Formats: sequence, C-alpha cells, structure tokens
Amino acid sequence: MDNLLQLKNVSKTFGEVSAVHDVNLEIGTNEIVGLLGDNGAGKSTLVKLITGYHRPDPGGEIYWRNKKVDHLSVPKARELGIEVVYQERALADQQSLWRNIFLGREISNRWGMLDVKTMQHETQKLMHTAMGFTSSAVTSESVVGTFSGGERQGVAITRALYFKAELIILDEPTMGLSLSETRKCLDFVASIKAAGKAAVFIDHNIFHVYPVVDRIVVLDRGTVAGQFMKNELTLDELLDRLYRVAQTGSLENNQGATR
Amino acid sequence: MDSVAEARPLSPTAKRSRFSRLLRKYALQIAIVFVALAILAFFIWRAPITFLSYDIYYSLMSTTPFFALIAIPLTLVIIAKEIDLSFTSVMAWGMTAFDVVFVATNNVWLGFIACLLAGLFAGWVNGMIVVKLGIPSLVATIGTQFLWRGVVLVVTNGQGLGLSAVKETVLYSALVGKIGDVIPAQFVWTIIIAIVIWFFLNRHKFGAHVYLVGDNADSAKLMGVDVGRTKILTFTIVGLAAAFAGFVVSTQVNYFWPTLGEGYLLNTLASVFLGGTSVFGGTGTIFGTFIASYIIAIINPGIVAAGWTAYWTQLIYGFIIVASVSLQAVLRRRLN
Repeated sequence: MDNLLQLKNVSKTFGEVSAVHDVNLEIGTNEIVGLLGDNGAGKSTLVKLITGYHRPDPGGEIYWRNKKVDHLSVPKARELGIEVVYQERALADQQSLWRNIFLGREISNRWGMLDVKTMQHETQKLMHTAMGFTSSAVTSESVVGTFSGGERQGVAITRALYFKAELIILDEPTMGLSLSETRKCLDFVASIKAAGKAAVFIDHNIFHVYPVVDRIVVLDRGTVAGQFMKNELTLDELLDRLYRVAQTGSLENNQGATR
Repeated sequence: MDSVAEARPLSPTAKRSRFSRLLRKYALQIAIVFVALAILAFFIWRAPITFLSYDIYYSLMSTTPFFALIAIPLTLVIIAKEIDLSFTSVMAWGMTAFDVVFVATNNVWLGFIACLLAGLFAGWVNGMIVVKLGIPSLVATIGTQFLWRGVVLVVTNGQGLGLSAVKETVLYSALVGKIGDVIPAQFVWTIIIAIVIWFFLNRHKFGAHVYLVGDNADSAKLMGVDVGRTKILTFTIVGLAAAFAGFVVSTQVNYFWPTLGEGYLLNTLASVFLGGTSVFGGTGTIFGTFIASYIIAIINPGIVAAGWTAYWTQLIYGFIIVASVSLQAVLRRRLN
C-alpha cells in the first residue's frame, strides 16, 4: 500500500520528559489506523507532531506521500490535507457557529476582509446536510457554547470534512458522547474509509476502535509497542495483549512488534 | 434541502423567532442604550435648562473623545483577554517625543509623526513583554506605566511645553477645530476611529482572531491562529491611540503637561467594561464602549447641573457601573 504519511525515528522531549520516543509509523492511503494506548502513552503528543503543532526533536523525519516535509506547521499540515478533530474539541464557546466552522481559515479576500455572507451561507448548508441540525432555533449565528456534547462533536467533525482532508485524525472523538452520538461518530469514521480517505482513530475504548479500523497500533510509554492488521487477530486476542502491555510494557512473543 | 431552508424565513413564526434572535444577539447593546437614555432623561428632568440647550452636548462631544479615543481600541485588548494600564503614561510619552523632535527641528509635523511612532513603539513593547516573556499584562503594564511616566519626567525635567506653534498649522483645526461651529473635530475623529476599529473587529481576519484568542487561546493555537502576533497587534494599536489622544488633549489645551494622562485610567477602563466587554475575554463590542464612554462623561456635569454637589459623582459612577455590570452578567447567563 502507498504511504500517505510516514514518521521515521520521531521523538519529542519536553524538558526532561520524553513524551514520544523513536516512533516509526506509516499510514497508508485509504487506511484507517486505530491508535491505542493508556493515559500518558504519548497519543496526543504524536497527534500534535503530525499536525505541526509540535516540532519533532532533531533526527526525526516526517514524510507525506513519500516526500520529506521540513518544518511542518499547523497551516502547512492543513495545506497538505491533515485535519484533526481534537479531544479538547477546539471550539471557541462564545463565538457563533460559522466563526467556529471557519476558525483559523476564514474566507477572506487578499486584504484579509472577511466574506461573512459566504461563510454564513456555507455553514447554513452544512448544518442541514452534514451536521443534521434540523431545529430552526439553531442558526449559523448560534453560539456554540449552548450546544450539547454531540452537537459540538458534529461541528468539529463537519469542520474537518468541509475542508476536504486527506487524513483525518480523531483524538478521542467519542469521549463524553451518548450511545447514539457515539454510533453516529463511528459511522462517520466508516464513511471516511468509503470516501477513499485515511484516518487515525485514537481512543481508550477498544470496542469503539476495533470494528472500524484496518490496523491497530499500540502505543506505550512513548514508543510503539506493537501493531497488528485487524484480520490477524480477534478482539479477544487483542484484549489479552493490551492487558499484557499494561502490566509488562511489552507485547511479548508477538511477531508484529517491530517491523 | 436548500429550498426548504430558504423557504423557512417566510413563515410568520420563523419571522418572530428571527426577531427574538436579533433581540438576543444585541441584548447587551440594547440594554446599554436604554441605560444611556434613562440617565439622559433623568438629567433632562432634573436640569432642563442645561440639558435642553446645545452647549452641554457640544462640551460632551469635545471632552469625551479624550478617553473614548483610547477606550475604543482598548476594547480589542480586553476582548483578547489582556489588559493595558500603561496608556495614561503613553499619552505623555508620545507628547514627550513631540517635545524633543519639535524643539530640535521646529517642525510640528515631524513632531506629530514622532509622537505617533513613540506610542506605536510603547504599545509594541507592552505586547512583546506580555507575549514573548509570558508576563501577565496586568503586571507588565503597571510596570510600563511607571516606566514611561519616568521617561517623561526625566526627559522633560518636569517642564511643560507651549503648543502655540501647533495652533498655526492645519493640524489644529483638523484635530480640535469646530466643524460648522456645531461639532468639534475630535468627535468626528472618535467616530471615524470607532468605525474603522469596528470594521477590523467584525469584518476582518484580525478581528476574528482577536475574538478567538480571547475566547479560547488553546483552540486558536491548535487551529493555526498566530496568538502572539494577534495580541501584540492589539497592544500596539492601543499605544498608537494613546499617543494620538495625548496629542489631541494637548492641542486642545494648547499646552503639554508632563502629567498628561493622569486621571484617565479609570474612566477609560470603566467605559470598556460598562460597554459590555467581558473581562474574561471573547466578547465585547465597539458600539458598547462608545455609548458607555458617553454615559461616564455625562454623569459629572449632570450631577452638578441637577444641583447636587460634585461629591456625589463618584458614588453615582460606582452605582451605575456595579449595577450595569451585574445586569450584564445576569443577561448573559439568561441568554445562554
């Protein structure tokens, strides 16, 4: 499979703390990769490296479609087509829906003057198609802080979709969602696959991750402890191995640990 | 689906809900206008001779800009969840730069440009200290308030400067002249600056980022907004505005006092907060600040004209500010 994104020997140290250590990871075009790991395993740091929020320590390399990317920044990652649905939701609570959808990349002319009409119109359209808002009480002018958890997640996901991402990273998207909202979110991940795009799906909950991914990468204490194609093992086997990682820090006697 | 969405606003219930939405959206602005009208009505009732003649309004239009010119851009800083307390000294620092350049070159225009550049620089320094060194703006700008006042006193040796040379240039009539004998020029400048800043706040990327930075700086950063640059720019604009206001005040009184700016701090801050800008960042309007600055300005003459002693002024200020800000807090909670 072609590599969409590849990390080579990527590390990230904050002061004395090594959050991510010597990670090698590939994500194929149209591949859904589940990233599992306990708190502090380095999942969020890894995400922020991929999106250009953090720079890797010297020596680490990032490739996009087999071409090396130097000085990856948030705007640059977006230009490449990397979108994130963040754990923190990354919404501005006191701002209107349309301002949130276009947060950080407002539609404007070359003098930076906003095209408010177009943004409101696009938002209105997205609300009825992608977000599934039907109530007439909610408009593109509604303030996001008044939305429910699921609605807010819908906004974050729709935002990623609208900008035609190639690689969508979902950082614990099901956290704090109700059952039906979770269902919707997982359907969305499946639709990424169907649309021919790639995704990295990060979650604590293996029961959410397993059904929708092609490959599972297990992160532990900042390193890749192992990875499996989904068709290589059953959910029960996977659970077994995850317990082992949590206890011993290694997946022992598995062939896929280092590739 | 589109046609459904577009057909909707035509139905009468939707129209009503649209109206109530507008009402909600502008609730704070509507409230501040009512507060202003109520106060005005009260003074007209208590002191009709004063408040039914044009003179009082002329004098309000000519003196309020002295702090409104700063309060309007200061709104940006506070929306971005920062504060600037140094502008009082920056007013005098700008005039000190004028003083030095004018004495050296005898050119009013060069002095005026030096004044604006000095303000720009002082604002930029505030921004750099806050953003690059990570010092809270409350602390940083208390520091720079003393710093610039100190520079002013050392450079001027505590001596003022007569500005009759300014009066001979077109700058005088352009900044503080009378337009058709009914409107002071500085009032027009205040409106122009309010419109320009309103435009940048609401219709430009910069303003969108100011709101985002104040609302949730982490989100803004994650979504690729340059948080530091946005904040530095807001401080720089206030510095520039403070120097400009300092020049306007000095030109009006025809003299540069090294104590220029003292006494403006609380009026200016009160205008911003009374105008509905939240100290928690992320919300605020230029319109609110503009109206609030006139509420602040009308109280003092109103009380005197109503026949009370000026000793009441502070008490009434305090009451109106506390009551309005509480009202806003309640309104905001209701609306969300």
